[in-house]
Amino acid sequence: MAKRVEANNVTAYYGSFKAIENISMTVEPKTVTALIGPSGCGKSTFLRSINRMHEVLPGARVEGSLTIDDQDIYDRDVDVTAVRRTIGMVFQRPNPFPTMSIFDNVVAGLKLNGVRRKSVLTEAAEKALRAANLWDEVKDRLDKPGAGLSGGQQQRLCIARTIAVEPKVVLMDEPCSALDPISTLAIEDLMFKLKDQFTIIIVTHNMQQAARVSDRTAFFSIERTGDPGRLIEYDYTQKIFSNPSEKKTEDYITGRFG
Amino acid sequence: MTTMTAPPSAAPRRSDDNLQARRLPVLALVGIGVAALAVSAAIVYGTGIGGPVLVVVLGALLYLLGAFLVSKAVEGPRQARNRTWSALIHSAFVLAVLPLVSVAWTLLSKGVERLDGNFFLTSMNNIGARDPNGGAYHAIVGTLEQVGIATLITVPLGIACAIYLVEYGRGRFALAIRFFVDVMTGIPSIVAGLFILAFWVLIVSPVFNNGQPTYSGFAAALALSVLMLPTIVRSTEEMLRLVPAPLREGSYALGVPKWKTIMRIVLPTARPGIVTGVMLAIARASGETAPVLLVAGGGAAINFNPFENSQSSLALYIYGQAGTASQYAPGRAWTAALTLVALVLILTIAAKLLARRNRLSR
Repeated sequence: MAKRVEANNVTAYYGSFKAIENISMTVEPKTVTALIGPSGCGKSTFLRSINRMHEVLPGARVEGSLTIDDQDIYDRDVDVTAVRRTIGMVFQRPNPFPTMSIFDNVVAGLKLNGVRRKSVLTEAAEKALRAANLWDEVKDRLDKPGAGLSGGQQQRLCIARTIAVEPKVVLMDEPCSALDPISTLAIEDLMFKLKDQFTIIIVTHNMQQAARVSDRTAFFSIERTGDPGRLIEYDYTQKIFSNPSEKKTEDYITGRFG
Repeated sequence: MTTMTAPPSAAPRRSDDNLQARRLPVLALVGIGVAALAVSAAIVYGTGIGGPVLVVVLGALLYLLGAFLVSKAVEGPRQARNRTWSALIHSAFVLAVLPLVSVAWTLLSKGVERLDGNFFLTSMNNIGARDPNGGAYHAIVGTLEQVGIATLITVPLGIACAIYLVEYGRGRFALAIRFFVDVMTGIPSIVAGLFILAFWVLIVSPVFNNGQPTYSGFAAALALSVLMLPTIVRSTEEMLRLVPAPLREGSYALGVPKWKTIMRIVLPTARPGIVTGVMLAIARASGETAPVLLVAGGGAAINFNPFENSQSSLALYIYGQAGTASQYAPGRAWTAALTLVALVLILTIAAKLLARRNRLSR
């Protein structure tokens, strides 16, 4: 199910501003990969170019090639919506749809893509909510609004919503930065569970989190403000945090950055 | 004066660790108010310079002054300023509400006279100056049809235009559209009426009517559309812009196409605001007289067909009755005015309820 993501010399722009330059890395299936680095170094930009969310912003474009299982997602003939169905995304702030109930939120991706059969939807909703460790908390109030849940529950709802469309890769853009430690723990546990099925790429500012959840870690950095972000080092997480080969990585993870 | 150092002011000096302060009791404020009114009444009636309105105004000013001084002496200057500004803001509210209450009261008190079944079931056809009967049935039909058609035209058009401006429009073309929508906002209703008169009634309507130009309720609806469209576009645009970008992105990230995201996520989220904007436009259009007069022509008889012959509307009916030389006409005008306000009010409440019913209960 899970797929390999391969980036080759990916360069992304916001208008004339070059945000990242020549990023090349391969993410293996059924692993968790953490992207770390200082603010503004292009981690999120890179993450968003993996499912073509980068180009949603006016003037934004991507160069280079990005493939999942050898299919170039920036090919002319590729359907953007199909890419995004294959590569799901969880955002920094929980963003449940405010006009929808919990149930409708979970199956939004299916419903809006044409699935109507009630039995299929019910089954998919329970499966996704169970996978997101949220089923027991919400099973009695599926018809209540999704926005009425707590922040951590909302974020798990958004994860359930993402995995309900059965993507192959799940991107997470600082999914825990708006959450308390207990909800964070719940989501980290969830990532362990999910990596049996999905390839997970997570952006995080929390290095303990990167060390806890990821198999591999990529360190991004910039020379100075205004320069494009670059991939400095990409290796097994254990190696990055115990014996990095780059001086910059070591400075960053030991807190001597800059 | 033996010493130049001023004694500590009468206000209690709070020591730094005492968080409590003296407060004026409410009764004292009421007392100040009564005293202010009494003094004001004494001045006004004593000198014979005015009536009860002046007593209230002068009393309010005296109360402000008195409350400020007393409060400053007892509670300190910060509380005194607070009380003064609170009183000023409350009076601003009262001033703003007074005209509204006055209008509502005038409408009700003068409108009930003719508020009978006859008014709602008859037209003005064959009603002479000495006839106490006659009603606004034809005008209600006209208003409902004209505003209804105008709403049917402008709501889809206006919302589509706003969606274009917010979600798709880039560059000069979008700027130009926004500019012309702004210009449209400023078009006086009589100009909209003249435009439809010149364009639709004189040029287009003869094509459908054996070469004869004809007044019609539909022409009035077109003129009202010109007036409603910019209101709906601008208010919908503002509401769509308020929908947070993460909601759109969340939907895109599920592989939902853009048009479906707009229809199923963005529009439902903005719906309450859009409904409010549409109701404002409808309320404005319902009260327009000039365009209806120019292109629908008015008329005293019931005409259900909006595409042929003259039609009246409630606003036009009020205008007509207010200028008619008959002792019964003013009563009809007031009742029509009351009907018009009630109609718009009922529509607004119904629309709000409808907009809310589909939303989830918390």
